[in-house]
Amino acid sequence: MIRLLVKDCGAGTTIQDGGRFGYQRYGVGPAGAMDRIALAVANMLVGNAPGEAAIEFTVLGGSFVVEGGPVRVALAGAYADLKIDGEAVPPLTSATALDGQNITVGAARAGTFMVLAVSGGIAVKTDLGSRSFHLRGGLGGLDRSPVRPGQVLPAGGSPQGPDLVATVPPQVSAGAFRVVLGPQDDYLTPAGIATFLGETYRVSAEADRMGYRLNGPVIEHGKGFNIVSDGIVTGSVQVPGSGEPIVLLADRQTTGGYPKIATIVSADLPRFVQQRPGGEMRFTAVTLAEAIAAAREQAAMLEAVRAGLKPVGLGVDTEHLLSVNLVDGWVDAHAPPAEPPLHSAA
Amino acid sequence: MGVHSPRFLSCGDTAVTVEFGTEIDDGLNALCLAFDAALTEAAIPGVIETLPTYRSVLVQVDPLVIDMPAFEARVHDILAGLKPDGRPPRRWIIPVVYGGEFGIDLEDVAKSHGLTVDEIIRRHSSRTYRVAMLGFLPGFCYLSGADPSIALPRRTSPRLKTPAGTVSIGGVQALFASVEAPSGWHLLGRTPVRNFMPDRDPVFLVGAGDEVVFRPIPERDWDALDAAAAAGEPVAELVTA
Repeated sequence: MIRLLVKDCGAGTTIQDGGRFGYQRYGVGPAGAMDRIALAVANMLVGNAPGEAAIEFTVLGGSFVVEGGPVRVALAGAYADLKIDGEAVPPLTSATALDGQNITVGAARAGTFMVLAVSGGIAVKTDLGSRSFHLRGGLGGLDRSPVRPGQVLPAGGSPQGPDLVATVPPQVSAGAFRVVLGPQDDYLTPAGIATFLGETYRVSAEADRMGYRLNGPVIEHGKGFNIVSDGIVTGSVQVPGSGEPIVLLADRQTTGGYPKIATIVSADLPRFVQQRPGGEMRFTAVTLAEAIAAAREQAAMLEAVRAGLKPVGLGVDTEHLLSVNLVDGWVDAHAPPAEPPLHSAA
Repeated sequence: MGVHSPRFLSCGDTAVTVEFGTEIDDGLNALCLAFDAALTEAAIPGVIETLPTYRSVLVQVDPLVIDMPAFEARVHDILAGLKPDGRPPRRWIIPVVYGGEFGIDLEDVAKSHGLTVDEIIRRHSSRTYRVAMLGFLPGFCYLSGADPSIALPRRTSPRLKTPAGTVSIGGVQALFASVEAPSGWHLLGRTPVRNFMPDRDPVFLVGAGDEVVFRPIPERDWDALDAAAAAGEPVAELVTA
């Protein structure tokens, strides 16, 4: 059995996969990786299915020792260094760590969530159909706990085939976050909706896997802020009594009693979750058809990344590709902003 | 079950809420549960999972597979053919230790209504509630049928932590919780019943559509019942309605 001994890691380090589905009717939220593109890309690079269980880091990285190796690893998501015995692994590239070697993930230079995928996936037992750790439900992970120093994480299998490099980098759309209005936009006044769509909001310090509270101009309610509880989805933008929106994310509750003004389109969530406290943003309304088209574009983008995977060592220069391959109007999914964020996540 | 024209409320590209009403009403909730069962039975391509609530059904979809106009048409077909569930509901007796450290808001609730603590307990434990939905966190039972004479608006500042098994009221709603959670509701008591235990079969005991009656128990019974529940015993008593 191949294992990763956890030497050190940040408090926000957990096992996450594509999510837990089928139990929301019992109050069990989906959990799963915050940045689904990062999970898919890291897994592709090590030869896994896109939703395989991996290690998710929140701003701070960690270090591991391979036991019973070898194991293939790849890092995606927020910009951070991946090293094997001190030697840097280039971005968008997988590498093989041998028995006894150290794998280190540095702190995020920009963005919030990194995903470290290992060949065969992190093979902890499934809990209600998923390996994703969910704090409030006490589900998933190793022994239903976050990743902690001293734990020994089982890896699913030996590396198959060569290390890979993604010659087509993942991309996401830039600019305002796209939302579809509803399901309770009728609980906000037209002026309130205009505020939400017209003003700038910032991620507050209250930002975690459950959701991000945003600071910004108050959104005006039209008929109170209590509804008889109904269902919530990942990306729901609820407006509680304070009038400042809360975007509900992977570890969210399943139901809630505040009106929801809009839902962030699924294609824009990976970029949204990478925002740090203090990060500024705007929202723009799109139609459901446009939101579905965005989901299709993202699936096609990931397919292009997969088709562009090449064995390492064939003279492909990732840094060069990163600089020339971007389509107009799109950005590298996980590139640092021109200026580093002023506020780091606590 | 009559003619129903639900509203289709957009929840982005990954879900749609099929809303039958906006109020707490047992007939409305029964319709939601019957529709949810029929929708699950229909196994429509692109539907990932469904979540019935007091008054609506959230349908989680795969945007790459679902055909929304076709889905809405199927919903109308399903509703037209919907038959009432003729089976009697399951009824659960849920033991509760009221007041003291088990229900820290009981005295305040009594004072707010000018009633004695015993009268609040009597009114809360003499009703037969309906479990309208499981929601918020794993196994939380949201009930209808609460006594409006003991209703209180939610607390202005929610507590960050309330214990597992908390039995509480918020507005005209009643709840019993399964795991530790933040809450703005008024805590009347606590039950040793674990409605969610991932290693137990069944993982969840009480389900949507079931009936619930709270039975006051003395504090001295807590430790034994709590230990039995921790060992996987239901502790809740299932009776035929």
